[in-house]
Amino acid sequence: MIDATDRNIRTLWLLAIVGCQQPVQERPPAAPSVAPSALARDTGGSGQGDLGPPQGPPIDAVLTAAPQVPPPTARKQPAKVVVALEVREVELPISEGVTYTFWTFGGRVPGSFIRVRQGDTVEFHLRNHPDNKMPHNIDLHAVTGPGGGASSSFTAPGHQSQFTFKALNRGLFVYHCATAPVGMHVGNGMYGLILVEPPEGLEPVDREFYVMQGDFYTVGKYREKGLQPFDMQKAIEENATYVLFNGSEGALVDDRALKAKVGERVRIFIGNGGPNLTSSFHVIGEIFDRVYPEAGTRMQENVQTTMVPAGGAAIVEFKVEVPGTYILLDHALFRAFNKGALGMLKVEGEENKDVYSGKEIDSSYLGDMMMPGGAVSVAAEQASQGELTIEAQIAAGKTLFTGTCSTCHQLDGAGIANVFPPLAGSDFLNADPRRAIGIVLNGLIGKVTVNGQEFNSVMPPMSQLNDDAIANILTYVLNSWGNKGGRIAAAQVSAVRAATPRPAGAAH
Amino acid sequence: MGSRLILSLVCALVLCAGHTALRADARARLPLARVAAGSFRPLLAPSSDGEPRAVSVRSFWLMTRPVRNDEFLAFVSRHPRYRRDNIPRAFADAQYLLRFETPTRLGGGARPLQPVTLVSWFAARAFCESHALRLPSEAEWEWAAAASETLADARRDDAFRRRILDWYARPVGELPDVPHGPKNLYGIADLHGVVWEWVEDFNADVMVADGRSRADTAAQNRFMCGAGALRADDVQDYPAFLRLGFRSSLQASYTTKSLGFRCARDDRASAQKERP
Repeated sequence: MIDATDRNIRTLWLLAIVGCQQPVQERPPAAPSVAPSALARDTGGSGQGDLGPPQGPPIDAVLTAAPQVPPPTARKQPAKVVVALEVREVELPISEGVTYTFWTFGGRVPGSFIRVRQGDTVEFHLRNHPDNKMPHNIDLHAVTGPGGGASSSFTAPGHQSQFTFKALNRGLFVYHCATAPVGMHVGNGMYGLILVEPPEGLEPVDREFYVMQGDFYTVGKYREKGLQPFDMQKAIEENATYVLFNGSEGALVDDRALKAKVGERVRIFIGNGGPNLTSSFHVIGEIFDRVYPEAGTRMQENVQTTMVPAGGAAIVEFKVEVPGTYILLDHALFRAFNKGALGMLKVEGEENKDVYSGKEIDSSYLGDMMMPGGAVSVAAEQASQGELTIEAQIAAGKTLFTGTCSTCHQLDGAGIANVFPPLAGSDFLNADPRRAIGIVLNGLIGKVTVNGQEFNSVMPPMSQLNDDAIANILTYVLNSWGNKGGRIAAAQVSAVRAATPRPAGAAH
Repeated sequence: MGSRLILSLVCALVLCAGHTALRADARARLPLARVAAGSFRPLLAPSSDGEPRAVSVRSFWLMTRPVRNDEFLAFVSRHPRYRRDNIPRAFADAQYLLRFETPTRLGGGARPLQPVTLVSWFAARAFCESHALRLPSEAEWEWAAAASETLADARRDDAFRRRILDWYARPVGELPDVPHGPKNLYGIADLHGVVWEWVEDFNADVMVADGRSRADTAAQNRFMCGAGALRADDVQDYPAFLRLGFRSSLQASYTTKSLGFRCARDDRASAQKERP
C-alpha cells in the first residue's frame, strides 16, 4: 500500500515536471477503492477455516437418508465428529417393476447426508460390507488434501478404513466413490452430500430437504421390466436411460413427496452426482428467492432455474405462499418427462387468491386448431349440420387431446408412472366411459386405481372445453390405444355439465 | 506398533520356513489344462520409454476350475497350521475360512463342490505348493481369461465383455458348485462369473495413490482415476479395470467372500525349450 502510494506520488510529480502544460489534477493517490470492501466480505476460504483444536468429547455424526437432512450442529466451537459410512451393493427398484444393482453409501441413493461445522475435525470410517464384490473408497469434495480421501479410504470387501480431515472450507459438497472405473462406481449411485456449515450456522428455515440428481444407464430401455444391468456403452455415450432424483422414479411423488405448509420457508440442498449430465434444476410454480449457485458462499436472488453441475451442488431457498403441488424437475424436459427426473413438493394451507387466483377466464381459444379444413373445424361443421361421423369426432379429438391432455397423459396415453394415470388400455376408463365426462368437467382429486396401480394426484377441471370438444376428446380416447371403443355425444356432456353444481364464478 | 510389525515379520519368517516343508500331495489330483503360449497387450501394458509393450506368456497349465471347499478342507486337515484357529493374523484376517462350520468341518454353509473363498494369498499359495503347483501370474491369468469359447483373445468381443461385466455388477450372493459355466478355448471354466481369483503378483498394480505414500512410485502410480484412464491401453476394457482395482485393494492377508483361487504350473516342454 505504502509503496504503491509512494510510486503514485512520484509519478504525479514526474508528470508535473515533464508535462507542465498538462494540468495535473490534485487528488489523493488512487487507493484500491473496491478491493478493501470486497476483502471485508470475503469469508477467507480455507485460510480462515482452522478454528483451533476440537473441543469436548467426540460427537457421532447424525446421518440421514434423502430427503431428510440432519439438524443443524448448533455448536459454537469446533469438535471432533465421527462419521461411519457403510458401503452396500444392493438391488433396489429404479422404476415401477424395474430393479437395478446400486452401489451405495449407506444402503440408499443418494448416500447419507453428512452435516458438520467449518473447523470440525472429521474422523471418517469407511466400511465395505463383506457381501460386496467390489473395492470402494470415498472422495469428499470437502476434504483439503490429495485425492480428497480417496487413497486413504480404499477398502476391500469385508474390510474398513479410517482417515481424518479438518473441514476448512464452508459449503455444500459432493462426495463420491473414486475407485476405477470411477464413472461406473458413480453411475451405480455412489454419491451423496456433506454440508460444512459456516461457524455461525445457516439462517434458520422451516423445512430443509435433501435432493440429489443422478443419471443411470441400463441395458434395457426406459421402464423395461426386471433387473437391469449397467450399460457401459450407453454410459460412455452419455445416453442416459434414467435421470432421477434420489435414485428412483417416484422417490419424491405422492406419499413420498416433499411437504410444507403455506407461509413456510423451504431450503433444498440439491446435489448432482452425475456421472455425466448437468442439471437445470427448476420448481414449477416457484421462484427461488435465494440461490447459492454451485453451493458457494455468494447468494443470488430471484432465480427461476439453477444449474447444478455433475459433481456439484446448489442451495435454493424459497417461501411457499400458495397451496398445491409443485413439480421439481430437470428443465431439460425430455429427462423430466421421459427419463424420470420429476419430484413433488406438496404445500398445504389456506388459499391465497391475491397471490394466485386459479382460473379466471375460460373462453375457448383454439388457435390454429380451428383453422379451416382442420379436424376440429370439420367436426364442428358436421355437427352443425347434424351429420357428425365418429371418424370426424376421433380426428378432432386427437387434435384437441394433443393440445390439452397429452402434457400429463402423454401422446400415447401411457401417463406417467405414479403421477398421471394411463388412459391407454385403462380398466378404469373402460369400466364406465360416462364417468369420464364428469372427470373431464370437474377434475379428479385423490386416490384412484388404474390397471392395478394406485394414483393419488390432482387433475384440474377442464370445464373450459365446450361440450363438442369434450365429446370428441373422449371419443378419440375410447377408440385409441387398446380401449374398447364407443362414442360420447355432446348432448351427454351437456347433461352432466347441467347436473353439476359449480361455485359462483367458476367455469360452466 | 513397531514391535508388532517386527513380530509379524518374525512370524512370516517362521511360516515361510514352514512353506518349504509343505510336501506335494499326490493323492488328490487337481484338473489342469494347457494354455497355449501367446503375446498380448494387457490393460496396463508395461513400458520403459512411454511406448506400451506386449507381454509374452509361455505355455503353462492352469486348473480348469477354481479350488473347491472339499479340497481346501483336506489341505487344512493335513496342514493344521493353516486351520483358521491356528493361522497367525499376519497370514489371514479374521474372516479366514469363516464359511466353514468349524476349523475342520464344512457344515451347511460351505458345500464341498463350491469354490473356496475367504482365503488369504498366503494360504492359497501354500495350498498350491502342497500340490507341487503355484499360483498363476497376473499375466498368465489375464491371458487365459481373455479366451472365450472360440477366441484366444476375445477382450474386444462385446458380448463376451458384457457377460463378464454383468457378473461384476452384482453383489456376491450364493456361489454355485464348480465347474459351473462353459469351458473356454482351452477347456478352462469359470475364470469369469463365479469368484475373483488370487494371482501371484496381485499387487503389481496400485490403482489408487495420492503421491504421498512411500508406495507411490511412478511405476505404481499408473492407475489413479483420471490418470489411469488416460494411460490404460484400452479405456473401454472395464472388466480388466475392475479386476485391477479389486486386486490393488488387497493385502496378502486379506480374505473376501468373493475371492478364491486356482493353481497353475509351468509347461515342462516350454520351460525346457526356453532353456539354453
